[in-house]
Amino acid sequence: MIPRISSGARIAGATVLVAAAAAILYGCAGAPANDDSASLEARTIAMMKESFKAHGQAGLDRLDQDDTQRVCSRYSTTPPPAAVAKKIEAENLAKVRYPADGKLMGDWKKGEKIAQQGRGMQFSDDPSKPAGANCYACHQLAPQELSYGTMGPSLYKFGKTRGYTEENRRYVWAKVYDAEAFSACTNMPRFGERHILTDEQIRDVVALLMDPNSPVNH
Amino acid sequence: MPRKLRSIPGAAAALALGALAVTLSLIPAPAAAEQSVEKAIEQYRQDLQGGNPAELWEARGEDIWNTPRGPKHVSFKSCDLGLGPGVVKGAYAELPRYFPDAGRVLDLESRLVWCMVNQQGFTHAEATKITFGKGAHKRSDLEALAAYVVAQSDGVKMNVSLADPHVRDMYAVGEKMFFYRAGTHDFACATCHGSDGKRIRLQDLPNLTKKADAQKAYTTWPAYRVSQGEVRTFQWRLHDCLRQQRFPDLIYGSDASIALTTYLAARANGAAYAGPGMKR
Ligand code: HEC
Ligand code: HEC
Repeated sequence: MIPRISSGARIAGATVLVAAAAAILYGCAGAPANDDSASLEARTIAMMKESFKAHGQAGLDRLDQDDTQRVCSRYSTTPPPAAVAKKIEAENLAKVRYPADGKLMGDWKKGEKIAQQGRGMQFSDDPSKPAGANCYACHQLAPQELSYGTMGPSLYKFGKTRGYTEENRRYVWAKVYDAEAFSACTNMPRFGERHILTDEQIRDVVALLMDPNSPVNH
Repeated sequence: MPRKLRSIPGAAAALALGALAVTLSLIPAPAAAEQSVEKAIEQYRQDLQGGNPAELWEARGEDIWNTPRGPKHVSFKSCDLGLGPGVVKGAYAELPRYFPDAGRVLDLESRLVWCMVNQQGFTHAEATKITFGKGAHKRSDLEALAAYVVAQSDGVKMNVSLADPHVRDMYAVGEKMFFYRAGTHDFACATCHGSDGKRIRLQDLPNLTKKADAQKAYTTWPAYRVSQGEVRTFQWRLHDCLRQQRFPDLIYGSDASIALTTYLAARANGAAYAGPGMKR
């Protein structure tokens, strides 16, 4: 059986820091809990830690949150207040790294494959194979691909309409590297910051959006 | 087979399943695939004249339910799903609930495991050896049992009571988990199920923060998954979404799985249960 741990033990097991931070930031959100929200958050985390098992590349540390994730968990359906958003964006902008050799553009053909590939980072995926980005899960890109999702805006003709400038190439690099640097609590993953894509792969994806020859711009 | 299938003769259904599996695996490009899968499922429904292959699982589940099993040679007729030992009718519509004998809030699947362990004498490892089946050689008793039990709540209004503080607590934790962002991709359930009218590739995403969507989603699981040729349970649904969420492996029947189920089941309250469903 799954070992039973009393609520008391669960609270004790979680860090005091988490509880304290949550106490400051949470109001009572109308959840039918009979106790305060700080202990609810602590209990949730403790319960998750005993309810998952490590599998393949997905260890239990996947359940640990960084600051951005912790704060953004409170703003899934409503945008964060301006001051909170500003802080998250600044923190993430500071994490963006540009490639040492300054080369921002790779091969759009490889970028298209990366944008198509949905595998990567799941416990069922082979960690020795490079991860995909599955941009098409959320965005329209090249017009030939009809199977695209709508969680993000259409990126069709992105380079053509925005302009093939160095500034825009740097923006796309940074956006793919760490999307939270530009729109706090976005649903878009931080592909560079979270080590999903390599620099080489990000380069190819930038080319998919910014190369005049890419089908995205036709 | 003790119980007559509602509409499809077993052999014909099995043949149809094989044919569809082949059709699905041969479909080429993603876009074309999604569209022809929709078409294939529609055709399939027509061929079955409103039937659902899940009925084969229901029949097997009923068999298992009534057969004495395990070291203690006890059947599920002594298993109490909340309405009394052996009572199946309407039981699923009130789960999860707090079970004093277990000292835990349990969903249907964890309650079945509890009965296997505490009444039939299996070890927990034996009871949960095959939670999700794979083809004829790896069939899951739990999927069959779940199909049988849920079918006896068809048309019954979902009525998960939050009167018990244990259940209320699980609901609150489940809600918190639903919005908990973590992992390599920063995903929470709410990332994919928190806004209206969105889709991933061509798959529509229900907005589970809205009552109507939560009701429609919850009341149609467990479901026969045409693409897998298996009945899948709600535990499977959570397990597989969490895999896509890049979380580690959700333990079958764990507290977190029951918390999420409690949250979603209670939000479906008031809607008539309509499973097992049929999904792509
Ligand atoms: C899980 C969903 C998801 C995935 C996967 C995703 N994005 Fe996004 N993306 C979004 C959302 C939502 C927005 C809008 C909010 C924002 O700007 O962050 C967005 C915005 C963007 C923008 C900004 C558009 C603008 O007008 O400035 C770019 C560029 C972008 N995505 C590129 C990509 C690329 C390239 C990939 C793959 C490497 C990708 N996205 C993968 C969800 C996603
Ligand atoms: C990365 C995206 C993603 C995340 C994160 C995610 N899901 Fe899903 N979920 C999906 C997709 C896609 C489907 C539809 C699958 C299909 O049609 O095969 C789905 C289907 C479902 C369904 C069934 C809906 C129906 O009507 O059949 C439920 C319930 C559900 N998810 C709950 C959850 C919960 C709870 C979580 C968090 C623990 C979660 N999902 C996280 C993508 C996601």
